[in-house]
Amino acid sequence: MIMPAAIRKKGWSRKQKRLATISALGVVLALATTLVLVALRDQIVFFYSPSDVIARQVEAGTPIRLGGLVKDGSWTRDGQENHFIVTDNANDIVASYTGILPDLFREGQGVVAEGSMGPDGSFIASNVLAKHDENYIPKEVVDALKASGEWRPETP
Amino acid sequence: MAAGDTVSIELGHFALILAFAIAAISTVGGYVYWRSGQRIALVLSQGAVLQFVLVAVAFAALIQAFVTSDFSLLLAVNNSHSLKPLLFKISGVWGNHEGSLVLWIFILVSFGAMVAAFGRRLPDDLLSLVLATQSMLTAAFTGFTLFTSNPFERVFPAPLQGNDLNPVLQDVGLAIHPPLLYAGYVGFSICFSFAIAALISGRIDQAWARWVRPWAMLSWIFLTMGIAMGSYWAYYELGWGGWWFWDPVENASFMPWLAGTALLHSALVMEKRNALKIWTIFLSIITFSLSLLGTFLVRSGILTSVHTFASDPTRGMVILALLALVIGGAFALFAFRASSLRQGGLFAPVSREGALILNNLFLATAVGAVLVGTLYPLLLDALTGTTISVGAPFFNLTFGALMAPLLLVLPFGPLLAWKRADVVGAAQRLIGAAALAIFATILISALGGVSISLAPLGLLLGFWVAFGAIAELVERSKLGRIPLGESMRRLFGLPRTTWSTALAHFGMGVTVLGIVATTAWETELVTTLNPGETAELSGYTIAFDDFQQVPGPNYLSDEGRFTVTAPGGSTREMMADRRTYVASGMPTTEAAIETYGFSQLYLQLGEPLDNTHVVRIWHKPYITLIWLGAILMALAGMISLTDRKHRVGAPQRARKTVASPAE
Repeated sequence: MIMPAAIRKKGWSRKQKRLATISALGVVLALATTLVLVALRDQIVFFYSPSDVIARQVEAGTPIRLGGLVKDGSWTRDGQENHFIVTDNANDIVASYTGILPDLFREGQGVVAEGSMGPDGSFIASNVLAKHDENYIPKEVVDALKASGEWRPETP
Repeated sequence: MAAGDTVSIELGHFALILAFAIAAISTVGGYVYWRSGQRIALVLSQGAVLQFVLVAVAFAALIQAFVTSDFSLLLAVNNSHSLKPLLFKISGVWGNHEGSLVLWIFILVSFGAMVAAFGRRLPDDLLSLVLATQSMLTAAFTGFTLFTSNPFERVFPAPLQGNDLNPVLQDVGLAIHPPLLYAGYVGFSICFSFAIAALISGRIDQAWARWVRPWAMLSWIFLTMGIAMGSYWAYYELGWGGWWFWDPVENASFMPWLAGTALLHSALVMEKRNALKIWTIFLSIITFSLSLLGTFLVRSGILTSVHTFASDPTRGMVILALLALVIGGAFALFAFRASSLRQGGLFAPVSREGALILNNLFLATAVGAVLVGTLYPLLLDALTGTTISVGAPFFNLTFGALMAPLLLVLPFGPLLAWKRADVVGAAQRLIGAAALAIFATILISALGGVSISLAPLGLLLGFWVAFGAIAELVERSKLGRIPLGESMRRLFGLPRTTWSTALAHFGMGVTVLGIVATTAWETELVTTLNPGETAELSGYTIAFDDFQQVPGPNYLSDEGRFTVTAPGGSTREMMADRRTYVASGMPTTEAAIETYGFSQLYLQLGEPLDNTHVVRIWHKPYITLIWLGAILMALAGMISLTDRKHRVGAPQRARKTVASPAE
């Protein structure tokens, strides 16, 4: 908008000030909305159960969260290398993690791991999420187990 | 179990019921008779003090039951153990859903009583409405506690021993963090009540902002400390070495902080220039609404978080209904009444007001972005059944992109004049700060080596904000342009609010620097060690000396002793241990942390396997700056509170401006 010199000399009129404020508001909001939408498209991570991973044929390298139960007798450790099987009692996924697992990581307990599928179809965890509570099974895991018909609340 | 204890539990229960009744009566009486002048104001003030005394009795009864290990109280059975150290017996009172509600209510009524005590100079109708709203909140949450989450439930026969508190919570962190955080959350209820009072009475002017600002400042100080403390607690206790996870609980505490920061700035405009009135009222309501969301959204069980320890989904619907009622009611009132408030105070876009609006715009948008990220998984799950998680990358991108421009313009704000300012003049005064920031960034990038391409930009921004904050002090003390003694006298003669602004903004810069430095230059090593072996990281040599079992008061500890040799040659001992708690059998990892200057070495011990141990070591350069900056910000808030202008209780001049329209 081009302002006549006379107005500029007197300062901005009330209308122009309002316009300036509203356009600043509009610009920031538009910027924020775009950012949020782009980020929601690219930066969200899907949560999958082992059955989902197999059904959807998740591509290698795509970051996902894998949730299920740590299969009994599947956890082996060699130095800082951990191998275990995540199961929803319908399907199993072999997972590996390098580092120290959370205190409450136990066989038979619920687990949520962040990472991606490797080329060989096993899951490479970059982070295994811990909880403050020993009786805790992540809500997503409960839902996934319910979906596969394997939810037995009395045996957490 | 002495008979005296049993009596005191019943006494506490009875006191809480009585507090509920008085709060309910105060609410109805206050809203009906708020026009009746001094008499109703006096009655409501006494009611507020009475609520405080009664809830204090209830709270004390709970604490006594925990301290004396009275296991006829169900809450103590579930969350205490007679061998637990005294401090954790006390903090265990609020380490659970029921007890934390009582703490929440206790802080709520404390603030109510403070308003009653300091609010003598407020106009009677405003004071009555504020206290009535405060009582309404007390009634609502006391009622919720009594009817759905009664902390005074008993068991008979009483068990001999309790089940102990979740070991992760047996830490000083629990004694400090929740009270601070709750004081921050709940303090904003005063701003909320003032906003409701303003909307009902139609009394909204500069004096209103002057009364609200100290309360907003006080709450903001608590919230800042609470969040910083929580972040440090999670950092050393969870053992992941992370200090912020963008987890729903963290976001829930961060949103009121952002909104509260915006409120502090917009109330300033309202106080000085009588503008932005409707927006300030809106922010007051939204800040407390976000606080409620922060306390209860995760509690309702609809969102899961790594930090939740007191969730109970069965009460979720009641909580949500309560939130909808309070928040929805406030916004309905706002929608009805806001248009009747008159706007005042004209100003040019380039002015102090303009800068503060820009601050509000970015902060409010940031709140929006964080809110979307926090609630989007919930929404998507409800609508499509797809489970997703919105993690750090989303927030880093959106929040980072919104904060960068805010930090860029931040140093200009305090240098701009009210009403109409000269941006070129401000820029000239900031040239020194800009030059220093660029110099420091180049120096550090050259010395430290750059691993992330954005790091120098982040450093530049941090230094710019920090040096820019000092620029105002330098400018106003005319440092270097007049004799040093004279300019020192000027410097210390500056109003405390000027100091407070500079210190708060400087603290912001310090926090940014800490975040950037630790993100860019953090190093990590995961290795297996036997006792006697050594590892090396970032110039530090870590020798694993020995490993032994040591019993603690209510746990067994596997302790690893390490000797760390710093690059300078000095040696220090570090102890990392893994504890197994006797009562619950639950293990915890206690990381060892050593501070070198502003940097820290963080050491975590894994489970032993054939006498070898997995050891995870981080070097976190300048990480303490993150929390140090927050402490500086809180300190700045305290300095501002001591300024004569903002002392709780309105100054003489303010009384006159208010008294005249009242007559």
